[in-house]
Amino acid sequence: MTAEPRPPGGQTWPMLRAMVGIGLVCGLAIVLAYRWTLPVIERNRAEALRRAIFQVLPGASSSATFRFDEPAGFAPAAGRAADARVVHAGYDAQGRWVGVAIEAAGMGYQDTIRVLYGYAPDREAIVGFQVLESRETPGLGDKIGLDPEFLANFEQLDVRLEADLSRLAHPIELVKKGEKEEAWQIDAITGATVSSRAVARILRASADFWIPKVRARAEQLREEPRR
Amino acid sequence: MKVVDEKADAMPTDVFLKGLWRENPTLVQVLGMCPTLAVTNTARNAVAMGLATLFVLVGSNALVSAIRNWVPKQVRIASYILVIATLVTMVDYAIQAISLDLHRALGAFIALIVVNCIILGRAEAFASKNGVRRSVLDGLGMGLGFCLALMLLGMVREVLGSGSLFGVELFGPRYEDWVIMVLPSGGFFTFAAWILFFNWRKQRRAATREAR
Repeated sequence: MTAEPRPPGGQTWPMLRAMVGIGLVCGLAIVLAYRWTLPVIERNRAEALRRAIFQVLPGASSSATFRFDEPAGFAPAAGRAADARVVHAGYDAQGRWVGVAIEAAGMGYQDTIRVLYGYAPDREAIVGFQVLESRETPGLGDKIGLDPEFLANFEQLDVRLEADLSRLAHPIELVKKGEKEEAWQIDAITGATVSSRAVARILRASADFWIPKVRARAEQLREEPRR
Repeated sequence: MKVVDEKADAMPTDVFLKGLWRENPTLVQVLGMCPTLAVTNTARNAVAMGLATLFVLVGSNALVSAIRNWVPKQVRIASYILVIATLVTMVDYAIQAISLDLHRALGAFIALIVVNCIILGRAEAFASKNGVRRSVLDGLGMGLGFCLALMLLGMVREVLGSGSLFGVELFGPRYEDWVIMVLPSGGFFTFAAWILFFNWRKQRRAATREAR
């Protein structure tokens, strides 16, 4: 590669003017596009989350987000609550608490997998599951969000607690396809073992953290906060 | 081989049509392979990527052509990249506003439109030497040609790999998906098959012309 001849000093100003001018105009255009689309993007995100909450909590028709802090426990989250220490409580048409939807994330085969699962305290089980974000291999790993047999694992996945409500009685386990015998086991997907294992690990860690807290402070979530 | 002179006084319709077929950026010039092979696992993704690239290509051709006499040649490539990156960022926001699912499906490949060599190639080879109107026509032709090629790949891969077209089930539950077609290797197979078809057609037409 040959280097471009060095421009004489008199050409510095046109170059500077062109680069700075284009940079300023481009920066302004990006800011305008961002400001213009931001409200729509946030509305889309909130709507996608709302749909996912109702899908993982069968029977829920409204939801409220709660933030968790030690030692106070759960308190309604004001405004947007986009951090890891929140749960979404779901209520049915009569305003009865049906459970909580919890976001969890962890490393998959390609990249971070983000999931949302529903926990119903009266059934002491995970009752719904949805993949919010994943870059798993199309046709193989992405089946964690599509395969009906795999998703059937999460219609009633046992997460009962020890008598003192301190931890899960049986940590969630992954077993080979067709070998599921216990209610706390997940049947893996053939050909997508790494992604299935990642889902089991993400759920085990998240359930171990959240479910004792939700059960111990259920009273704080039972009432739907007034809007 | 006939050298295509970008500055020749070709008719506006020819400027537009050459990108669609004769100089198709993907199937003839074999440019922009990264998105071509990566996001054509479904017809919908292919069309979305094609349209996003079309918008950036038309916009960058128009702007590069408009500023061509004002930008010193030493900084022209840096200026083009700035313009292209800005348009791509705007498209990225627009797709997030239109559909989050689509944005998720296209993933990192939206941002990678910046380095799609078709766009910089047309800016340097055509827009920097021609007027705005002709540059827009060139961008439209090349962009639609890219869309067409992506759609041809996406349709074949989705039908064989998922048994559906634009998300509509075609063969029912008894169809066994050819998973390999939605994986990267399926992209190479389909792409090779389309290039084979295009070259076969080209040779056949040349032979017919000679016979006359």
